[in-house]
Amino acid sequence: MLIAFLAETAAHGAEHGAAGKPPFPPFETWHMPSQLFWLAVLFSILYLTMSRVILPKLSDTLEKRSDRIASDLDQAARLNDQATEAQQALELRIAQAKAKARETSDKARGKMDAEMAAETARVDAELEKKLAAADTRISSLRADAMKNVEQIAVDAADVIVGRFGVSASKAELKKAVTTAME
Amino acid sequence: MNLFMPSVALDPIHQFKITKWLDFSVGGIDLSFTNASGFMALGVILTIAFFGFAASKGQLVPTRLQSLAEIGYGFVADMVRGAAGEEGLKFFPFVFTLFFFIFFANMIGMVPYAFTTTSHIIVTAALALLVISIVIGYGFYKNGFKFLKLFAPSGAPFIIYFLLVPIEIISFFARPLTLSLRLFANMLAGHIMLKLFAGFTVALIAAGGAYVVIAPFAFAMGVALNALELLVAGLQAYVFAILTCVYLNDALHPAH
Repeated sequence: MLIAFLAETAAHGAEHGAAGKPPFPPFETWHMPSQLFWLAVLFSILYLTMSRVILPKLSDTLEKRSDRIASDLDQAARLNDQATEAQQALELRIAQAKAKARETSDKARGKMDAEMAAETARVDAELEKKLAAADTRISSLRADAMKNVEQIAVDAADVIVGRFGVSASKAELKKAVTTAME
Repeated sequence: MNLFMPSVALDPIHQFKITKWLDFSVGGIDLSFTNASGFMALGVILTIAFFGFAASKGQLVPTRLQSLAEIGYGFVADMVRGAAGEEGLKFFPFVFTLFFFIFFANMIGMVPYAFTTTSHIIVTAALALLVISIVIGYGFYKNGFKFLKLFAPSGAPFIIYFLLVPIEIISFFARPLTLSLRLFANMLAGHIMLKLFAGFTVALIAAGGAYVVIAPFAFAMGVALNALELLVAGLQAYVFAILTCVYLNDALHPAH
């Protein structure tokens, strides 16, 4: 039966030929003008639609997209630059602020040192003055005391000399005491 | 007549038969709208619908369909640029139309019961002649008689030209022949094979008995051939388009 099928298929083709029919549609000629005509019409329609309407639109879209991507990348690069710049500016400002802070603290310390020195000097001077005053007072007191001691010594000497029964003038006594004290 | 199947179903040639859908003629020339014209129109309509829909969106971030159309655009543009250089891009709409015309015709042909427009030599021959006419026309228009340098590549010893020029001329005029026959024969043979294996499977099952055991193998073969034919359908459209680009390159730069 299989062989019969194959034989039948072959015979079918032969039968066409035998019946005078063109055996093979692609080589038939009656439809060729119509094929050419419709091919020309349809291909032209397709070509015109593509070249006039669709392809320009597609290429426009693609161009727009690539432009957009390029401009976006540009903008990204620009923003990146700006960010870097801002960071540098920030760092600079931080450095400046640090320097300023150091300067301020240095100045404050210097001022404080100077004030402290001035205060110390002032107090020192005051103390010295007080010391000097005290010294003068001490020496004046001592002088006073010494004067009293002389008077006492003169009086004592007068009394002692009186006991011995000798009278002496005040000047003599004073002279003797001064001589003894020196 | 076969006992178990109507002969139409088994005849592998029947699928190429032209039948009139609308009978009309102009000046005695039969220009009927046939099944071939119908499926050709279908291909054109689908192409326009697909690309028209994709192009009409024109979104910055493409949809899937738009992306597919744009890939097709880029594919053909790269093909033209690669084979014919930047100058070749003036033929881009033509090559694009040609490629997708053939591609859709071939792909529609893969659908069962559909008619394969490109399985008729008159269609492929007309397309090939169109290509070669553009090559010759544009070649002379752009280069004048320098276009004839195409047949005499420079740098060969003088004596060789007696041999070289005829060979170049023959190879040039063989181009439309090979271009049209390649597409026609591929589509024709492929569809005959598909039909044969499909018909064979049916015939084996109908034959019954031990033949039924073989039937799945014939069917598997048919499935495998279907995949192969799908590849061939795409590939032949590509081959036709890329060869068109190569020939256009000759028109643009005849002196190589």
